[in-house]
Amino acid sequence: MTSTAPMTSTTPKTPMTTLASATPAARVAAPPARFRDLLASEWIKMRSLRSTPWAIALTVLFVIGSAAVATLTDKAAGSGPGPGPAEFLPYDACPAAGYWTLMLVASSMGALTVVSEYSSGLIRTTTAAVPARGSVVLAKAAVTAALWTAVGTVASTGSFLVSQAVLNGHHAGVPITHPGVLRVLVASALLAPVCALVGLGLGVLLRHAAATMVTGVFTLLMLPTMFSESNRWSADVKHALVSAAWNRLVQTWEPDPGSLGYTATITGSWIVYALWPLITVALAVLVVRRRDV
Amino acid sequence: MGAVIEVNELTKRYGGKTAVDHLSFTVRPGQVTGFLGPNGAGKSTTLRMILGLDAPTTGAATVGGVPFHRHPRGLRHVGALLDAGQVHGGRSAAAHLSALARSNGIPRRRVGEVLQEVGLAEAANRRIGGFSLGMKQRLGIASALLGDPPVLMFDEPINGMDPEGVLWVRRLFRRLAAEGRTVFLSSHLMSEMENTADQLVVIGRGRLIAAEPLRDFAARGTRRSVVVGTPQAAELAAVLTAAGASVEPEGSAGAERLAVTGLPAGRIGALAHENGIRLDELTTRTASLEAAFMELTADSTEYVAGQPR
Repeated sequence: MTSTAPMTSTTPKTPMTTLASATPAARVAAPPARFRDLLASEWIKMRSLRSTPWAIALTVLFVIGSAAVATLTDKAAGSGPGPGPAEFLPYDACPAAGYWTLMLVASSMGALTVVSEYSSGLIRTTTAAVPARGSVVLAKAAVTAALWTAVGTVASTGSFLVSQAVLNGHHAGVPITHPGVLRVLVASALLAPVCALVGLGLGVLLRHAAATMVTGVFTLLMLPTMFSESNRWSADVKHALVSAAWNRLVQTWEPDPGSLGYTATITGSWIVYALWPLITVALAVLVVRRRDV
Repeated sequence: MGAVIEVNELTKRYGGKTAVDHLSFTVRPGQVTGFLGPNGAGKSTTLRMILGLDAPTTGAATVGGVPFHRHPRGLRHVGALLDAGQVHGGRSAAAHLSALARSNGIPRRRVGEVLQEVGLAEAANRRIGGFSLGMKQRLGIASALLGDPPVLMFDEPINGMDPEGVLWVRRLFRRLAAEGRTVFLSSHLMSEMENTADQLVVIGRGRLIAAEPLRDFAARGTRRSVVVGTPQAAELAAVLTAAGASVEPEGSAGAERLAVTGLPAGRIGALAHENGIRLDELTTRTASLEAAFMELTADSTEYVAGQPR
């Protein structure tokens, strides 16, 4: 222990000064409890972890990279039968591999913002400092939503630009103003905060890292694969899930009228996007106020 | 300045197990109050209920007349160190304190001040994960001091501290109390209290055993006795018993000693001299806090080694 010696040697000098300045007369009246202080506090917590920027940078690179790969291989596949090229091409910027990874990372990191506090016990320090527990959850949710919206926007815009750059090389690109493209970009950008908030809500509800990760992956990624669109009730369940909603929103062509499957509506898919984070975070706020920390 | 901690009929049950059982006591400002009890006695649960982290099954705890959880922000009302491990190892000490300070609208300069105060100024930008337990305790104390609160609570703050750190922390607690603050300090070790606390709250199995000044508590322990070493134990015992003392043999054969109560050392020496009895040892045994504590909590110890219950 090299640091203890200088540490203790400095203490005797200071004692009476620092706290003396904090005698009753010098104490300032407590400022009102402001929500933006909680936001700033959560932001300090978020950016003071080295793992955050690394995980985000790697994920964004992976999403963009997978879009590039998907576009290159799609071009290689040639002009087979299927939807018209101009309709299908924006879809190249939305490969499942990249976005499923984004969902996985966003939900895990959203969960970690709370689960790491529960596992270390930091949540008790936090709660003793801010007894308004619901506000803490909301502040975490707001900061998480803002961060992952930014990340999602960079990832989706980057994917689109890279993908179109590849296609442009073959004079097959579509401009960002092409009908439907904006929806693809917005839906892909918002996928990250939606998943991060669902992860955060689940994290508060479950508190344990492994349980939260498994539940998050299961509901966001595995569950949709269990349900097909060939049958009404099964399609209804599937369409109520986040990844199916994203799939529908990035699909710029209309379903084939002769198709036997059921297709989700665009409006319904946006509602699914809104409800998942709203419900999980609302449940988290309710539960955290009633439960022992 | 200063606020009273009032615990009233506080009870916490987990399933069928009662961790805290109708506990009532008061902790006053301007003093260091020790909160003592064996492991598992319910000290930490009580502290968590005072801080509003756990809801009591019945009863109530207030700080300055208000249940703590009613405050939207806590650091200016109560500073608490519950467990030095309750930090994120990936953050620096400064980042950890900055986040706490900011959440309570406490100016940033306080972070530097409290780090200086606890002697961690040089470690401010190091990751907490690399801290020793003693350093984490100092960091926890720093976070309790951030809001310059009138009430401070520390759960086992001395664990893991080196001797210098222990001395420092004792001086700090005394000073905080002298400034008029309420200082409430838990420990399972009586010896930690001996030079620190003015008042004691002693619990065992969730129930109150004693709440009184430390001096009174110590006096309750082992009665004052005198240990006498002599080769003529039987003779001396007869003389002392005749003089009204009660005598208990101690030690082993060949090195016999008598524990005498009811007569002062001087009188025992004089009686021995008058009767021509040789004394090898004459020691007054003062009441020990540790003994008082052990005696009072003997029945209420949750976990006893080698004694399945």
